[in-house]
Amino acid sequence: MTRPNALLSVSDLNAWYGESHALHGVNLDILPGEMVTLVGRNGVGKTTTLRAIIGLIRKRTGALQFDGKDLMRLPLHRTAHTGIGFVPEERGIFASLTVEENLMLPPVVAPGGMSLKEIFDLFPNLQERRNSQGTRLSGGEQQMLAMARMLRTGVRLLLLDEPTEGLAPVIVQRIGEVLVELKARGMTVLLVEQNFRFASRIADRFFLMEHGKVTADFPADELEKRMNLLHQVLGV
Amino acid sequence: MTMIFGIPIQAFLGQLLVGLINGSFYAMLSLGLAVIFGLLRVINFAHGAQYMLGAFTGYLLLTWLGIGYWPSLILVPLIVGVIGLLIEKFALSHLYSVDPLYGLLFTFGLALVLEGIFRYYFGVSGNPYPTPDLLAGGTNLGFMFLPIYRGWVVIASLIVCIGVWLAIEKTKLGAYLRAATENPQLVQAFGVNVPLLLTLTYGIGSGLAGLAGILAAPVYQVSPLMGSNLIIVVFAVVVVGGMGSILGAIVTGYILGLAEGLTKVFYPEASSVVIFVIMAVVLLVRPAGLFGREEA
Repeated sequence: MTRPNALLSVSDLNAWYGESHALHGVNLDILPGEMVTLVGRNGVGKTTTLRAIIGLIRKRTGALQFDGKDLMRLPLHRTAHTGIGFVPEERGIFASLTVEENLMLPPVVAPGGMSLKEIFDLFPNLQERRNSQGTRLSGGEQQMLAMARMLRTGVRLLLLDEPTEGLAPVIVQRIGEVLVELKARGMTVLLVEQNFRFASRIADRFFLMEHGKVTADFPADELEKRMNLLHQVLGV
Repeated sequence: MTMIFGIPIQAFLGQLLVGLINGSFYAMLSLGLAVIFGLLRVINFAHGAQYMLGAFTGYLLLTWLGIGYWPSLILVPLIVGVIGLLIEKFALSHLYSVDPLYGLLFTFGLALVLEGIFRYYFGVSGNPYPTPDLLAGGTNLGFMFLPIYRGWVVIASLIVCIGVWLAIEKTKLGAYLRAATENPQLVQAFGVNVPLLLTLTYGIGSGLAGLAGILAAPVYQVSPLMGSNLIIVVFAVVVVGGMGSILGAIVTGYILGLAEGLTKVFYPEASSVVIFVIMAVVLLVRPAGLFGREEA
């Protein structure tokens, strides 16, 4: 089912929150440099899929291969070192750390990450506020910081959960520009996004989720043909 | 004779100094407790026993091996710290997945076992630990006589507290510790070995208790019960300062030591309860403690 040259391949992934069975055999794959979006209604398991891939959900079965490595066997703190960065929905900015400390927190896992200068060129606001308390930043700046700190580390795959949620249109546009820039640099991105209009402008490929499963996947150039299905499932 | 508020100034300053010395131990011990509680969410009831273990380790190094005070100042925290590492690695770490009460009960049991062992071998009477020659004697400050060793305790405790605080606030390891205190799972998902960080933190917290123990050995008697006498006060300090607040633990330790000393001057009968009265008032007015953050 998964393509042979995939960077990440997920097969028959099941996951549970306690007794509650949240993922029922998710299959998806991502080629190197691809920008893939998981779409679906609230509660179908999009966030759960990201959390199961990075290993925050330990009660999981199935197969997870990243860059030839078996993620199922790794303890949580080893997963990032295979080259996966996670940007959670709640952003996870630390209140007891300054902006710069937040930025420098995740360990470098591979060479090839952005330098501090490149990051500040991409996110000038962060440089101005580097000594502020992390949570004093606006929502948009916190989202930028949550993404920026992963770019330093040399990860090859970014798991981005709802980066535009609750942000003003001008900030959403800025995040879109950043993602285009990251793609140009060869970053692979798995994006969970409610804002379908936003996702449709930047994604190469879509995976549609319903009831804890992927029920359709198609490349961006088939989007027109698939709009009926998406209307039906998503109500967009 | 000079008087202040109707009290001879010598008595006043003397009690203030006693308060400051007690406060130095409160601050060092509550600091370790606060660091451990902040990251591990374990209320370390063994902290008093680890302080006692520090004093006894120093005492045994001296009587069995002839190792004196100054090498002990390094060796004792290392030994007690390594014992702490082992306790976390082989026991405490298995209790994180269950109710936090189990951690409390385990460390409480551990404290009783440690105290029991030392009571069995050494009895309950204290053993004297000689003041090191360099710090023997005293100096006349004009208004009072200051035993040099007690002055050293105050300075050493300040150095330790400020040093630990700087390490937590200004270093990379400290940033990991602060971040993991807020959200350990996310920090681990970033690739930081949080289980190792927990082990190290418990080791360092235990080592701090051991260091306080060897510093206390020449001041108080080295006795199996020295820790349990102190630990309840230290818990009050941590509660007043705010559970898990590093700065709160340090500042409150000194303040409550001084408050206790002052109460001895003005109303000696209340001196043993004043800390708990303050704790009760603080809990009523600010349940999160003076420096604590209300948790969402």
